[in-house]
Amino acid sequence: MKQPIFKFAITVAAFCIMALGCNNSQEESNTKQYSEILSGEEVAVLTDAPNVPPPITRTHPTKVIVTLEVIEKEMEMMDGVKYNFWTFGGSVPGKFIRVRQGDVVEFHLKNNPNNKLPHNIDLHAVSGQGGGAAATFTAPGHETQFTFTALNHGLYIYHCATAPVGMHIGNGMYGLILVEPKEGLKKVDKEYYVCQGDFYTKGAYGESGLQQFNMDKALKEQPDYVVFNGKVGALTGDNALKAKVGETVRLFVGNGGPNLVSSFHVIGEIFDNVYQEGGCVANHDIQTTLVPAGGSAITEFKCDVPATLILVDHSIFRTFNKGSLGMLKVEGAENKTVFSGQQDDRIYQAEGGASQTMPEGPVVAEKALTKDEKIAQGKALYTSICQACHQADANGINGSFPPLAKSDYFASDPNKAIRAVLHGVSGKITVNGKTFDGIMPKQTMSDGQIASVITYVLNNFGNKGGEVTAADVAKQRRK
Amino acid sequence: MVLCVYSMSAQPAVAGKGMATIKGGSYLPLYSADTQRITLRAFNMDIYPVTNADYLLFLSKYPEWSRRKVKSLFADSSYLNHWITDSSFNNNIMNSPVVNVSWFAAKKYCECNGKRLPKVAEWELVARSNEKSADASKDKEFNQWVLNWVSKPTAKVLPNVGTTFKNYYGVYDMHGLVWEWTYDFNSALTTGESRGNSSLDNTFFCGGGSFDSKDINNYASFMRFAMRSSVKANYCVPNIGFRCVK
Repeated sequence: MKQPIFKFAITVAAFCIMALGCNNSQEESNTKQYSEILSGEEVAVLTDAPNVPPPITRTHPTKVIVTLEVIEKEMEMMDGVKYNFWTFGGSVPGKFIRVRQGDVVEFHLKNNPNNKLPHNIDLHAVSGQGGGAAATFTAPGHETQFTFTALNHGLYIYHCATAPVGMHIGNGMYGLILVEPKEGLKKVDKEYYVCQGDFYTKGAYGESGLQQFNMDKALKEQPDYVVFNGKVGALTGDNALKAKVGETVRLFVGNGGPNLVSSFHVIGEIFDNVYQEGGCVANHDIQTTLVPAGGSAITEFKCDVPATLILVDHSIFRTFNKGSLGMLKVEGAENKTVFSGQQDDRIYQAEGGASQTMPEGPVVAEKALTKDEKIAQGKALYTSICQACHQADANGINGSFPPLAKSDYFASDPNKAIRAVLHGVSGKITVNGKTFDGIMPKQTMSDGQIASVITYVLNNFGNKGGEVTAADVAKQRRK
Repeated sequence: MVLCVYSMSAQPAVAGKGMATIKGGSYLPLYSADTQRITLRAFNMDIYPVTNADYLLFLSKYPEWSRRKVKSLFADSSYLNHWITDSSFNNNIMNSPVVNVSWFAAKKYCECNGKRLPKVAEWELVARSNEKSADASKDKEFNQWVLNWVSKPTAKVLPNVGTTFKNYYGVYDMHGLVWEWTYDFNSALTTGESRGNSSLDNTFFCGGGSFDSKDINNYASFMRFAMRSSVKANYCVPNIGFRCVK
């Protein structure tokens, strides 16, 4: 649902310190007084994804001490698939850092003594050489320090920038730092941290065991994995994000890359506000927003109805074949006006069933099959054609699709089954004492195929056996 | 404790290991233009990296390099901090490469044994060989093997020397155990920023992304250069050891 668009009419002039700020929360700023005099000192609260540190309530800048430890460690990329990740803080993405515009950040980078390599950090929130990369170039077992002032607010990626940069990022060395505007962000009910990354492994997607980094695939930009928060399934099932109907949700979305640009989309929701590229201008009513590699976006939306919202990279093969799928479970009362759910499902038959009939070609005489061959062919046909309605166990679905298992409908006369497949069934029928009143469309199969599938059904699912020939089917077809 | 600790009183088991002859050749650093090809004369290189036992023997002759007595200018506070005391360490690392030694200490060790630290070019020349060939730098499988080792954190207990492969020259463990000090380790990079546009040597500073580098795909090699440039001569790092040449 739409939030009322910001009232830009409210003047910012009242707050002389807001020259660079966005009017993210004017209600609050009307009642607060801000100071730009640096005072105090605090240690930053850092969180692992999908959690976000609490909003900053300070009305003045302070000195913030941030300490990140680089840890190289084996973790799972997917259940059963291991990978040597290089991390900021022990997980992928790295710890979420939250400071306020004007804060003076004293940054410490520790390189764990067990690490193989030197590392550093380039924070896109830093104005200065390399974003701090050279200043934090750190050998294993060492710690470096530098200080920067958070001049610009926004949501920024940080990453390792040690040669070879692509491999350091490709092994998971990225995260987000949020610099809040002086007046803070508008209050929301839930905030989450979602960061996409692409990974390049020796084995194909899903190949189990310890997988090594594959440089060829990285150079060709052909990842095996594209994931949110460092692992396939990091945001699904029990790990799904949660919210209640009526709550507003803010997603801090990052994309570490190293290569791919994300078409970030939440299936079943519309972003009321998107701060594109993590900047301060809000766009509204957005379906999909681009998140550049080494970039970010802030998306906000109100959860109107209960649903499992699906977070995806809408470059959609990545979602269904490479892992970029997350979930946000919204619980609460239905609102049938906003979304009714399915109201009806009818069979749609194109007029005369023409579209389901293949154009007639020369008739190729089918080879007569043995009973066993028929059953084998029939099984394949059942699986691909019949099973969708009559189910794998042939018990059908009560009230919709009649059972074929132990069926009394065709027990005494297999021709009834042949006719059902040949011509379809419409209207009330009774099967095993239960009434069904639907439509089964006619099926476009050859006489031999129909003979096979019915022979298969007759000899399975507790039916009493028997055999149907192509000639039997041809006879019924002529009727 | 006594049983599992190797100390000055015991005899080093692997003293006096031999050297292999490297017949020399030419080496083109990955950051250089063709005209900067380096020609190397023949030299001898230690077959194995220096072990903890070797180093203990050195300290028995040169106690001024023991943990307690070493000048802080020459070694930071991590110097030999994996040892139990100044002259003892856990028995299971006796034949593992010695680490947590500074460049100054490594250089001194070699000099006291009538040898010297290898130059980067010498080290890299030997390091590009695999079991069969003197120059496997274009061998994809070899490069991936090295890269795989580089990708893993350092083992909790370093394996013994001689447990990786014997290369074309008969030298072991150039890859797969520890990084190694070189005499001119800090001559290639002057900054930890691997992407900047330094006028000094901008083909190298671009790290894995420079169009000008000779071998932009040799990531393992880039990592060695990055590693070398991240340290100073007094640093003692848990995965840097050394070997000598003459």
